[in-house]
Amino acid sequence: MNKRLKTAVAVILSVALVIGVLAILQRLLVPKYVDGIVEGAFVKEYYSEEMDHDVIFIGDCEVYENFSPAVLWKNYGINSYIRGSAEQYIFQSYYLLEDTFLCEKPKVVIFNIQSLQFDYSRSEAYNRMSIEGMRWSKYKVGAINASMTEEESFIDYVFPILRYHSRWSELTADDLKYMFTSPTVTHNGYYMRVDARPADTFPAVKPLGDYSFGERAWEYLYKIVDCCRENGAELILIKAPSLYPYWYDEWDEQVKEYAASEGLRYINFLDYVDDIGLDYSTDTYDGGLHLNLYGAEKCADWLGNILSSEYHLADRRSDAHLSAVWAEKLKAYDAEIAAQKVKYGIE
Amino acid sequence: MVFTSYEFLGFLALLLLLYYLAPKKLRPPLLLLGSLVFYFFAGAQFLIYISVTAVTVWVCGLLIGKNLDAQSEYIKAHKAELSQEAKKAFREAEKKKRKAWLIAALVLNLGILAAVKYLNFAISNINGIFGTKLGFTSIAVPLGISYYTFMAIGYLVDVYRGTVKAEKSLWRFALFVSFFPHVIQGPISRYGDLGETLFNGEGFNKENFLRGLERVLWGFFKKLVIADRIFIAVGQIIGDSAKFQGPYIIIGMVLYTLELYADFTGGIDITIGVSQMLGIKVAENFMRPYFSTSLKEYWRRWHITMCSWFRDYVFYPVSTSRWMGRFTKFSKKHFGQKAGKRIPVYVSSFIVWFSTGLWHGASWNFIVWGLLNWAVLMISEELEPLYSGFHKKLGFTNGAGYKVFMILRTFLLVTVMNLFDCYATLGETLGSLFSVFRASAWPGFSISALGLAASDWAVIGAGCVTMLAVSLLSEKRPVRERLAEKPYTLRFAVFALLFIITLVVGVYGVGYDSSQFIYTRF
Repeated sequence: MNKRLKTAVAVILSVALVIGVLAILQRLLVPKYVDGIVEGAFVKEYYSEEMDHDVIFIGDCEVYENFSPAVLWKNYGINSYIRGSAEQYIFQSYYLLEDTFLCEKPKVVIFNIQSLQFDYSRSEAYNRMSIEGMRWSKYKVGAINASMTEEESFIDYVFPILRYHSRWSELTADDLKYMFTSPTVTHNGYYMRVDARPADTFPAVKPLGDYSFGERAWEYLYKIVDCCRENGAELILIKAPSLYPYWYDEWDEQVKEYAASEGLRYINFLDYVDDIGLDYSTDTYDGGLHLNLYGAEKCADWLGNILSSEYHLADRRSDAHLSAVWAEKLKAYDAEIAAQKVKYGIE
Repeated sequence: MVFTSYEFLGFLALLLLLYYLAPKKLRPPLLLLGSLVFYFFAGAQFLIYISVTAVTVWVCGLLIGKNLDAQSEYIKAHKAELSQEAKKAFREAEKKKRKAWLIAALVLNLGILAAVKYLNFAISNINGIFGTKLGFTSIAVPLGISYYTFMAIGYLVDVYRGTVKAEKSLWRFALFVSFFPHVIQGPISRYGDLGETLFNGEGFNKENFLRGLERVLWGFFKKLVIADRIFIAVGQIIGDSAKFQGPYIIIGMVLYTLELYADFTGGIDITIGVSQMLGIKVAENFMRPYFSTSLKEYWRRWHITMCSWFRDYVFYPVSTSRWMGRFTKFSKKHFGQKAGKRIPVYVSSFIVWFSTGLWHGASWNFIVWGLLNWAVLMISEELEPLYSGFHKKLGFTNGAGYKVFMILRTFLLVTVMNLFDCYATLGETLGSLFSVFRASAWPGFSISALGLAASDWAVIGAGCVTMLAVSLLSEKRPVRERLAEKPYTLRFAVFALLFIITLVVGVYGVGYDSSQFIYTRF
């Protein structure tokens, strides 16, 4: 080997070595979201699915805690997935939806409109949890650009080590254990809680000076509507039955008007609490902010009836392959119910 | 665009690529363009200030230079006809013209500096003394104005003195004034030194590039791993002078002295390293200052370019001026030959240290800090015979133990004086300093109140030990020179490790806001 070639090989090997070390360090330093705050794992889990869903939910905690896809399957044979994340902003929902259509063509998209109240991102931490798990595409780039707060940099998303390097002093055994693989924490995007804490009093409703949604939020809702139309999916707007944060009547009216003008269906679940059979003394785990398993199953069942009867979604329980997939999922679902019952001391 | 920002790293990478791809002739103009872009990011309006300085000093320099050339040519051409007296008279008359250009440029540029940096300070003093209610101005201080103004003035005085040739090309001079690596915090380069390599547009040199890169890495390590981590604690102490008193002040002073060193030398390492990557040699600004055995030595090792600037462009002109000559005669007559000789030196030094303090910031804190330095230096000078006699009597030698004692003593002195850098007002500074001697300020001390975890203290400790080890080794021969002789793999491993440590342990990114360099504000 001549000297030049030797030098070139040495340089390439050296650079590759440094990149390799950095890649391993990055895997070690990024949060694993397997315990405690698990919401950061939700978005990524979607990609390990078989891309054949009839229904996709998009939105914040009001979708991933209030609807159980397992019930939609068990009771109606509807194969659904929740692409939810904590405080998912409407622009993130739009890009997640575009990203979903890259992977599959669901027949129905259900979007929770709570995020219409936010024109811009309020928190870097929530941005991270919604965006980091996305696969790289022009939609992830769009989501980052639409979401970044002033303190954030695009490059931090490209190389997460730049964001999480300061975790070096708080690493735990879990960081090593889940460096390359981590367990699934949701059930088709549903975040399960079996414990119950009855709804209590909430802070007094504060009147707002202006009830109009921001221009940017509307703009992204229009994009969501267009995106669904272009991809041949029916869009259903919903307001999940969370009692707090307060959903103002003035907001509700704006959504109703818009849905009517666009020929979209809008379901405010808060108007159907009795029909659904929700009992806020037993069906919520945090005093009415989010539903627990029992509430989420009731909501899913009520919604499933609408989806199968009015949207003519076929019952796919006769699909052997899908049934086998769901059989595994239901096993995990039931196992977690049992485990959580033990954890929370429920009979 | 702060050195430690992603924007700067992107800018640098692009500039380096374009610089070495461009033909040799185009490299210096490209560097000027890059410098202007860099400056533009600091604030487009600031380009006006730096342009005014560059153009006015260049024009005056050119006029002075042309006058000098014309003078020489005239005397040469009329050598035979002119008597010695006529030649002298001619020279004097021409010198007056040159002086007029020099003064015009000095007044304009120092006037700009005074207006943007010191006007509000003057107004607050006038309001305080005369009870007036003059309004404050809201002029933003242009990035690096203290540095580039001094560089430009230094050049002009050198041209006036005939020690450098006037620069004929405006763009070359503009590049000298605005050269981006040193516009943030110096060093205060001399035209004669920097000009040797700045305009050459040398091609890519692997060794130069690697050495520069190594130095940049070392600078980043000092800044991000040590200085910015210490800043978290120092910021707490300075930010709440009512809460943090007594023992916190002692810890704060020591930490600030370490932070200042890591921050300023780190920044200068990046400046010199970036320049070296471009094949440009920038003057050294430090020589392991905390190994100084006296304050006098410290000021020969710390911020070398600033000290030599004040020596050459303030101390010498003042001490050799006509009025100082008259004052020397006066003092010799009234205080005797020995004292009469020293008093004018002390007066000149007083002016230098007053100016040095003022240069650091428009605040009495800095003026008092400057004058404290002056006082200590003068007292040391006066007491020197006494010390020598005392040492001889006690049998002190220049042994290692005594040297360590002198180093620690000087470090302590610098540490205490550095406190004047920290607080906004003199009252706060003195209040904090004297709280050290107040018993009521000591109870309830807790190191955890400073906002650093045990791991942070460990990093600070390890970082300072590393800096100390590198400095000790470099006393004999720079560490990078030693490393350059080692096998490639070892050299690479050392700097790869430094890079990874800085990347992981460095204090930067979301949640941190300390990446501005301390000396940028001066």
